[in-house]
Amino acid sequence: MSATAEERPAGAGGLLGARLWRSGAGRPPLLATAICLLMVVAALGGGAIAPYVPDEADFTAILVPPAWAEGGSLAHLLGTDQLGRDMLSRLIAGARISLLTAGAAVLAGGTIGVTLGLAAGYLGGVVEAVIMRIVDAFLALPFILMALAFVAALGTGVGNIILVMVLTNWARYARLVRSEVVSIKKRDFVLLARVAGLRPRQIALRHILPNALTSILVLAVLDVGRAIILESSLSFLGVGIQPPDVSWGLALAEGRTYMTVAWWLTVWPGLAIVLAVMSFNALGDWMKAGFDPRGRL
Amino acid sequence: MTLPNEPLLVVRGLNIEFGPPERPVRAVADADLTLAPGEILGIAGESGSGKTTLCSAIMRTLPRSARVSGRVEFAGKELLSLSEREMARLRGRDLSMVLQNPMTSLDPLYTIGNQLEEVLRERRRGGAEVRPGGAVEVLRRVHLTAPELRVRQYPHQLSGGMRQRVLVGMATAAAPRLLIADEPTTALDASIQDEILILFRELRDTAGSAVVIVTHDLSAIRRLSDRVIIMYAGRIVEEGPTAEVFRAPRHPYTRALLGSLPRIEDEEVVLQPIPGQVPDLARLPPGCAFAARCPVALDACRTERPQESTVGERHRVFCWQAAAGGAA
Amino acid sequence: MARFILTRLGQTLVTLALLTILIFVLARLTGDPTPLVLPSEATEADRAFFREQYGLDRPIHEQYVVFLRNVLHGDFGISFRYREPAFNLVLMAIGPTLQLAGVSMLVAVMLGLPLGIAAALRPGSWLAAAVRAYASFGQAVPTFWSGLMLIFLFAITLPLLPSSGYGEVENFVLPAVTLGFYASASVTMLTWANMTEALRSDFVQMERVLGIPRRLIVLKHALRNASLPIVTYLGLQFGLLLGGAVVTERVFAWPGVGQMLVDAILNRDYPVVQAAVMLTAVLVMTINLAVDLLYAVLDPRVSRS
Repeated sequence: MSATAEERPAGAGGLLGARLWRSGAGRPPLLATAICLLMVVAALGGGAIAPYVPDEADFTAILVPPAWAEGGSLAHLLGTDQLGRDMLSRLIAGARISLLTAGAAVLAGGTIGVTLGLAAGYLGGVVEAVIMRIVDAFLALPFILMALAFVAALGTGVGNIILVMVLTNWARYARLVRSEVVSIKKRDFVLLARVAGLRPRQIALRHILPNALTSILVLAVLDVGRAIILESSLSFLGVGIQPPDVSWGLALAEGRTYMTVAWWLTVWPGLAIVLAVMSFNALGDWMKAGFDPRGRL
Repeated sequence: MTLPNEPLLVVRGLNIEFGPPERPVRAVADADLTLAPGEILGIAGESGSGKTTLCSAIMRTLPRSARVSGRVEFAGKELLSLSEREMARLRGRDLSMVLQNPMTSLDPLYTIGNQLEEVLRERRRGGAEVRPGGAVEVLRRVHLTAPELRVRQYPHQLSGGMRQRVLVGMATAAAPRLLIADEPTTALDASIQDEILILFRELRDTAGSAVVIVTHDLSAIRRLSDRVIIMYAGRIVEEGPTAEVFRAPRHPYTRALLGSLPRIEDEEVVLQPIPGQVPDLARLPPGCAFAARCPVALDACRTERPQESTVGERHRVFCWQAAAGGAA
Repeated sequence: MARFILTRLGQTLVTLALLTILIFVLARLTGDPTPLVLPSEATEADRAFFREQYGLDRPIHEQYVVFLRNVLHGDFGISFRYREPAFNLVLMAIGPTLQLAGVSMLVAVMLGLPLGIAAALRPGSWLAAAVRAYASFGQAVPTFWSGLMLIFLFAITLPLLPSSGYGEVENFVLPAVTLGFYASASVTMLTWANMTEALRSDFVQMERVLGIPRRLIVLKHALRNASLPIVTYLGLQFGLLLGGAVVTERVFAWPGVGQMLVDAILNRDYPVVQAAVMLTAVLVMTINLAVDLLYAVLDPRVSRS
């Protein structure tokens, strides 16, 4: 990134994609972007796309293999589970839950973290010290252990899981934003704004936040992958999403019992997780290469 | 075996390009130079003039993306066609180099002694054992104070000047026939620069090594080198005996460079910058690259590349004006 | 140096103190544990005695002091389920978890280090592209799935290895490969990045022009310089492995802290949850501290100034 781009004041910039393209991040990961979009479509239009109701049992079609396997049928492209529920429909429903929880957690955790990070970085002093020590405490444990500790207190289910995910991810945003603010604060245009008599809150919101936005965005996209892993892990352990809600992790845990007779029950949900996480990570890495060539994230 | 009057290094038609082949950046173009054994050659030019790239090409340490053509003959061997293994055998032994930044050119995690012994061991591969005092001896030769202490110290415990002495010691431990020093004093305090430069002359006087010293510090070249090459935008624009070039520079760029030397006039230091900017190497004009900044440019200068013209004993210049004899 | 150690120690203690507050608050969020602990036929006097013993009848900040004092004495209360001190239960489970994390770390380093070095030595090659694919795949595969797939392949389809259990060497193979593969992805990327940086450094360039053999430049100089941040990272990675072990233990029925923690959550056995979380936290932070000190020892710029 050139020095002039670095010193770019808030607001200037143009379209995100166009800027990324020029910034030398290389070709955008088309396949990954397509898979991410597909997930979003599946999440939004779930019911309309899915061939069946995801939790509707059909005892005439139990453990039907995928369409191309021996004994498979075109009625159930990816096969059915132990209750005769259509795997494809369940995968689509799982995408909905995964994206819903991940999206909500990233939005809420991001907002809280960014606010606290801005406060810490801009105000400094005691506020900064207190906030950053709390951040340290929240990041002291591996996120899955932290999440389990929260689950133990809060309980399971979609709402609680989102809350748990927020509690485990906000601190990362706070830490990133604080370090961004500290470095941006020293730049000329912020000093100028202060000399011009803008109030701290105005400076923070109008000048500092927009400059930190790219890094926050990259972290958010990478965080979606982490959130999908966390949600599916908790659900797999039985302390996350609870039936009748559908989750890829939950489907895996249920399918495990039938692994010897019906591989498709464990293979599809796992592949869905891997593809989704890889895609969001690839997208995030691509953005990172463009926005953050020196790898500060 | 090279005869005393036979050249040690001959570079012919050297071209170095980077970037996409359809829009190449020519870092060095049509470079020719000859160096006799024991000769000290200064190469000067602004940053981006291709002097460092030229040296890296001789050492064969350019990045893989560089496209190199031409010939580099060292003691009768064509270096560009050697295998990496053969080249590695020459490096440090027959031709050696000192890099720009002494602060970062030593491994921070090993003692000076450890790194020196590593170099000495490589020199004597297959030969005699390294003598225990070898490292201290090397440091003594480059006049480093308290060498017995230094071998036990880590790089961060030494000053920049001390580190540069260590590096010069390493590079010259095997008494190479050619030493290239790339901006060896740029990163150092002015007070130490002279002392480091003196080391190179000592090396020539005691070991008979030829030295190529690359710098934008013309005063260093004036004091040290026998001959000087001036480069601009990847091309050699003037070459000649140091004294003659400094006394009667023929290329307008050389004159501008000499004019930009701080000069004491009426007790005042006058620094005269060259007007204009160094051209973009990917978009060079068809004629002389300096024409846009040249105060005496002719029409021909903008359309046609200047040919070499000899203007004195081993003094050549690439300039239409100088060739026409019209020194402004 | 002494100052550095003291600062880090101070930071760690502050973080730990805050963590006890966090765990205390979480414990209180779950409500009064008395009915869960005492049998239903307990008298009101029994309940009062219990509340007094654990300070539940006092104001919240005093409760915290009691909690902290108990924690410092290793007293997290009695497991509701096993009727044994929770701390002892967790202590017994920590061994298998540490073993699993340790062996997995070994697997991760043995995979990640050579892959990262190889990719750094050949930038732009097909090998580098393959290593990148390996790493991005490894980072995206949840351990519960790779574990199940390994069981499917090597315990069910080809019955070569046990799918669960603890004690024998062959019990280690599948869990350690599962967890180690996951961790190897980030070890690979980190080695790659640091090795690339080290290979670009001035001293490597200098060693090249001095004719030092490439093998020596790569292994003695570049790798040692690259290994400093890698060592620090491995410390953090060990913490992540302890987290990852929770899921892996569940897949392979490994008798470790993770398995115990999940069971405790499912059974609302809060003393065990608290003990498990707190003990793991102390472990993770001790390791991070140790790694920082190790870094100082490895880097003469820190230890010799």
